Amino acid sequence: MSVQTPARAVVLRSAGGGFGIRIGVRHALVVAALLAAALAVGVVSLGTGDFVVPLGDVVAALLGQGDRRTNLVVLDWRLPRVLLALMLGAALGAAGAIFQSITRNPLGSPDVIGFDTGAYTGGLLVIITSGTGYLATASGALLGGFATAVVVYLLAYRRGFHGFRLIIVGIGVAAMLASLNTWLILSAELNVALAAAAWSSGSLNAVGWAQAVPAAAVLLVLWAVAAAMSRRLHLLELGDDAATALGVRTGRTRLVLVVLGVAFTATSVAAAGPIAFVALAAPQLARRLSRSAGVTLAGAAAMGALLLTASDYAAQRLFAPTQLPVGVVTVSVGGVYLIWLLITEARRR
Amino acid sequence: MTRTTTGTTKVSGAADASPARLAAEGVTLAYERRTIAERLSLDIPTGSFTVVVGPNACGKSTLLRALARVLAPAAGRVVLDGRAITEYPAKEVARRLGLLPQSSIAPEGITVADLVARGRHPHQGLFRQWSVADEAAVAAALAATNTAELAGRPVDELSGGQRQRVWVAMVLAQETPLLLLDEPTTFLDIAHQYELLELLRGLHRAGDRTLVAVLHDLNQAARYADHLVVMRDGEVVATGDPGEVLTAELVERVFGLPCTIVPDPHTGTPLVVPRLPA
Repeated sequence: MSVQTPARAVVLRSAGGGFGIRIGVRHALVVAALLAAALAVGVVSLGTGDFVVPLGDVVAALLGQGDRRTNLVVLDWRLPRVLLALMLGAALGAAGAIFQSITRNPLGSPDVIGFDTGAYTGGLLVIITSGTGYLATASGALLGGFATAVVVYLLAYRRGFHGFRLIIVGIGVAAMLASLNTWLILSAELNVALAAAAWSSGSLNAVGWAQAVPAAAVLLVLWAVAAAMSRRLHLLELGDDAATALGVRTGRTRLVLVVLGVAFTATSVAAAGPIAFVALAAPQLARRLSRSAGVTLAGAAAMGALLLTASDYAAQRLFAPTQLPVGVVTVSVGGVYLIWLLITEARRR
Repeated sequence: MTRTTTGTTKVSGAADASPARLAAEGVTLAYERRTIAERLSLDIPTGSFTVVVGPNACGKSTLLRALARVLAPAAGRVVLDGRAITEYPAKEVARRLGLLPQSSIAPEGITVADLVARGRHPHQGLFRQWSVADEAAVAAALAATNTAELAGRPVDELSGGQRQRVWVAMVLAQETPLLLLDEPTTFLDIAHQYELLELLRGLHRAGDRTLVAVLHDLNQAARYADHLVVMRDGEVVATGDPGEVLTAELVERVFGLPCTIVPDPHTGTPLVVPRLPA
């Protein structure tokens, strides 16, 4: 049998047949390479800053064999930031993959359809009314994200779910929420406004273990759900009739996926503010590299982790000692990507 | 069982002996507020190659979607193996009944083998994602549809005829005793239409599958079906052996087309020849 461009896959199977999985080789290699690159950037980030730590000492500190001073810098100051960049990048990538898959459109990303903006509105309202406690702000961001999702979903719902309508409605809602956010900051007291504005473009400059630990706990749960939902996500891509025929309850599955995507988005907004464009770009970049069928959660997450760690490294080093918010870097890079995406999408029609 | 539809001519067909595994019992079918059919009942004879025909918008595709539990009836129920189809877990239905929808979407860049493999979902679990049986079913489905040599190709690059065979392969990989096909020949040229119908007939003859297809072409329906269902305005007008059901009087009553029925010179099945002013 002659097969052109064979889809190479390896099968892992337990002896009893209770476990079996088929993995596309190219996809697995791309995911592994992206993760390795993200980790490498992370390790380099741990060593750079006002106090330079040699690579060997960074590794020693990570293995629990550093001296007290290195441990303080690497583990207490820099590690939570690097871990958050990895985790939030992966979360944003996964959120982007989920929404791009269910809208079947590369523009269907939570930062484009207003969920980031809405989560930020929620956090902002909490900061203005009751101060800047992390957990309170995070709850506000989660509520804001979900409220926005409900509004966008209901406004876009007409005789069933339509991906393109969701995107158009979402862009409109995002614009309204953005102006609401500006108004909230302008009308707030100066010190509150400054705290809120520093958070507004998405920044990892001020994060520590207090943000990293709760975010990690929430994200672990979300990842477990995502892993279980992944195959049904891909079946929905075949259309609702085909997915139903294959045993997927489409309405319920889509609802769980939307909640999951919003939760990924809101968790990252709660920890670091609205970081734009990672969710938009990561799934598509990973898809092009791995030549997978549609976007994949693993590919998008690995690419998201790399994009955010690299962007955060750039945000720290570009104008050092001045620290940029990482969102400024992702917006600059992502803006170019968005223009390119809009041009190629327009040409396809 | 009570038949509430009026004016049904029932002609017993060849494959009508055993009790139906799939049946609609007094179903009312509606989209939003537009009612397509009211209190419709239909048995699908087990082991038959049933073809549903009727004028545009008569509700034949809607009925098929209800039988495949893609559309929930507003009233009545669809019965699968003695129980309401809604009582089964979703995957359990998908192990018994497959559907080739009128329009499906192939994800960008997906290969034929990967698309066909997705048909195995009802047989898989979180940890048992790819078993020996999955592999065998996909290989058999590719072979049966003559698409094995396309396995590594992206679906986007295939011709319309090839693509439709790949979709059929996907539902075959599902390995269901009941297979429903919604206008499978649409968008195919005449040679590919017959190629697909021959494929379906071969599948029907090879196993004890029950096939239900919605078709537009009466001559094709008569040639391939062993059980014909004729619908008009949301009602089943006639069911039975095509040779007995398909009369000039019926075609004129249902489609409003004056015609003569002659035996097909090759198969002897009814051939509809329109009788129109020259």
